[in-house]
Amino acid sequence: MALSRNDFEYVRELLRTECAIVLEPGKEYLVESRLCPLAQRLGLGTLDALIAKLRREPVNGVHRQVIDAMTTNETLFFRDLHPFETLKKTIVPELLQRRAPARTLRIWCGACSTGQEPYSIALLLRDNFPQLFGWRLQLLATDLCRDVLERARTGRYNQLEMNRGLPASMLVKHFAKVSADQWQLREEVRSMVEFQEMNLARAFPPMPSFDLVFLRNVMIYFDTETKRAILARIRRVLAPDGYLFLGCAETTLNLDDSYETVTLGKTMCYRQKAATAGAQTF
Amino acid sequence: MKALIIDDSRTMRMIIGRILRELGFEIHEAGNGIEGLDRLREIGQPDITLVDWNMPEMTGFEFLKAVRAQSEYDSMKLMMVTTETEMNQVANALDAGANEYVMKPFTKDVIKEKLSLLGVA
Repeated sequence: MALSRNDFEYVRELLRTECAIVLEPGKEYLVESRLCPLAQRLGLGTLDALIAKLRREPVNGVHRQVIDAMTTNETLFFRDLHPFETLKKTIVPELLQRRAPARTLRIWCGACSTGQEPYSIALLLRDNFPQLFGWRLQLLATDLCRDVLERARTGRYNQLEMNRGLPASMLVKHFAKVSADQWQLREEVRSMVEFQEMNLARAFPPMPSFDLVFLRNVMIYFDTETKRAILARIRRVLAPDGYLFLGCAETTLNLDDSYETVTLGKTMCYRQKAATAGAQTF
Repeated sequence: MKALIIDDSRTMRMIIGRILRELGFEIHEAGNGIEGLDRLREIGQPDITLVDWNMPEMTGFEFLKAVRAQSEYDSMKLMMVTTETEMNQVANALDAGANEYVMKPFTKDVIKEKLSLLGVA
């Protein structure tokens, strides 16, 4: 049965209020394709029955499962490649010099999905910067969805996921084949990343100052007001000389004048302008 | 840019060829390793060679070793595209001189991403 206009509006509003995700009109097919399997899994049979249950009950675990099912978790190892080449050639060497006195490096990947991005950073650091041994390296990875965080923590990926963006040399060096269609990242790399649940659309929990913030391919799902609020919150946790990485289709321009664009080869990233760096915005 | 696709499956050559043509490659094909070596002599060094593992006459692994034994092909990028997914096979292919490894089945994005890793797309 097709999704009614009222039920579509209900799901849109749930996503907007709980996690600021904007679902454009015309995306009814997406709601149907993502929530019908969930209705079946929950033993409710139909999408109508699932949405009726959501309406009847206060926001609870079922609402969470709906939000999890509706979020897009597309990711791959070394996505777009050039940001990681820039990290390796320019940014990490620069940070190693600047942070040498404290021997501390902090990196945050927001909206990390099933973990390929933070693990790509961990692999890059492990294979290219042995001088980090003995440093305090914090690699925090957060996401809204509990299910994807659970998967990320296991470091287990199927054949298609392993094919996507991961250099074969890293597959051989850092993964073990654990079944016919599953590979697992070795514990020494998994343990470099700490996964936490976090809703970017809400006030951030207490966080340290990060040298690098990756928030790639998630801002596209938010409305302008939410993008501005998130960029303002990031300023509070981004070191004055730290870098923010957004997705290729995302920018701070016309959203937050406190950032300046830094172009390094093919990579565009962002820093706080000197006058605003470290300023508490709210 | 030139690409050589070596696979005993005509369908697979067609699928990979279509992806590479979209990326602007001129496509050359061979049905096994021996034909692959012949084709290399005819067309000169391609920018990328994609080679299956299990083929009659000469396997992709034998082709790989034969090519890497000839210094004129030192700079040629070579990618295995195969159903073989055991870790020792991937390791052996890399040791023998493969630059990348794709496990079948794959998607168009997989081929594009692997070519990016090799700097040929």
